[in-house]
Amino acid sequence: MLETKGLTKRYGRHTVVDELSFSCGAGEVLGFLGPNGAGKSTTMKMVTGFVAPSAGTAVVCGHDIQTDTLAAKRRIGYLPEGAPLYAEMTPRQFLEFVADVRGLAGGERRSRLDEVVEQLHLGPVLNQSVDTLSKGFKRRVGLAQAILHDPDVLILDEPTDGLDPNQKHEVRQLIRSMSEEKLIVISTHILEEVDAVCTRAIIIADGRLLVDDTPEALAQKGGGDLDDVFRRVTQGGTLDDAEAAA
Amino acid sequence: MNTRVNTIKALFRRELASYFATPVAYVFIVIFLMLMGAFTFYIGGFYERGQADLRPFFNFHPWLYLFLVPAIAMRLWAEERKTGTVEFLMTLPLTPLQAVLGKFLAAWAFAGIALALTFPIWITVNYLGDPDNGAILAGYVGSFLMAGGFLAIGSCVSAFTRNQVIAFVISVVLCFGFLLAGFPLVLDLFSAWAPQIVVDGISSLSFLTHFADISRGVIDLRDLIYFALVIGAFLYANTIILRWKQAD
Repeated sequence: MLETKGLTKRYGRHTVVDELSFSCGAGEVLGFLGPNGAGKSTTMKMVTGFVAPSAGTAVVCGHDIQTDTLAAKRRIGYLPEGAPLYAEMTPRQFLEFVADVRGLAGGERRSRLDEVVEQLHLGPVLNQSVDTLSKGFKRRVGLAQAILHDPDVLILDEPTDGLDPNQKHEVRQLIRSMSEEKLIVISTHILEEVDAVCTRAIIIADGRLLVDDTPEALAQKGGGDLDDVFRRVTQGGTLDDAEAAA
Repeated sequence: MNTRVNTIKALFRRELASYFATPVAYVFIVIFLMLMGAFTFYIGGFYERGQADLRPFFNFHPWLYLFLVPAIAMRLWAEERKTGTVEFLMTLPLTPLQAVLGKFLAAWAFAGIALALTFPIWITVNYLGDPDNGAILAGYVGSFLMAGGFLAIGSCVSAFTRNQVIAFVISVVLCFGFLLAGFPLVLDLFSAWAPQIVVDGISSLSFLTHFADISRGVIDLRDLIYFALVIGAFLYANTIILRWKQAD
């Protein structure tokens, strides 16, 4: 469903993402892990077609993001880092705008709008300008826009960043509830999140793929402690070192 | 085809509504109308001339637009970059051309609304005398086209930067260059070193000359094509900048 082939991004001499290749399919919740600056966001920007790769490409549901861009973008729902929104719009205007651009019409448009408003509990703030919303509501509007067209591939860049524990719990539940028929990719540096929702974890640092495994297997290798694995791997060691230490 | 037009329409509606969602639109329109009135009646000597036409009114349009139109255009892309919404926008299933057109047409419609609200002066001149309304209509058409040219330049420049002030200043300078392209101030920059054909080419790019032609009441196809080409060229450059920023 999503495949990256030698995905690379260089800024001048600095390589941010270095020949990243992986593939994943429906039903998976892929946790994208790495320290800040590891290249997680850049990878997501390339997969969603916002940033053009220096080399390699990503294929979404059989559509190459570089050559078959629109078809690929139609299959993706994307929550960019920090959930940027048009401040002067209300959530209702904003979601209706997204529905129009996504080509939803008639009864389908109405029912999808109602559904996401209910799923993300946006009812009380629907006619209030985004500017005046709390961080939690803003994030939920961002999520609503991403799932509005019921995409096959959902890409969420730090979906729970800055949310309180209750809100985090809700977002994770939402992710789990959608995970059966979709491919969901989330980036995070919160390890408990991986444990809570992911079926597979990829750890990258300096743009390189270091680990690709299930959270359980990872935790086992770190002696039950994901944090430990993360620290060892991203600070220059290998998984074998982590295993040896455990 | 139909979905493409619908996408542009959705962008257009959002963009136009965003002008009116903040005080920007109202402040702009009020200032625009006040300045238009002041220039026409005081500096242009509308009454003193004793002629029933709108020459003093249209004569100031290029100079007002020079500062006011870049102010409309500066936010088009710079603001999206600043707030990060450009990432959301450009990952929607739309092409750079659709995005550029939707935004440009909204800004142009907004300029058109401001221009249309100067209608009291048209009523005034018809009340006072018996003007050539065909010439006045031509003046409005020329003015609207010129606003479109300035807006296309401003939109293109706005895509370069996340800073609206920089977008504004550079747009004003570029628009000034286009306005005066037929005059020594600009031509002298080129006549020393460039071949005559280039200098002639540049001198024919002047907004002022083409606008003056139209506002005299003669809508020449060449002037229409000129403005269409300027708008088309800058909007095309705008899409190239968007793609280039994507690779950056």
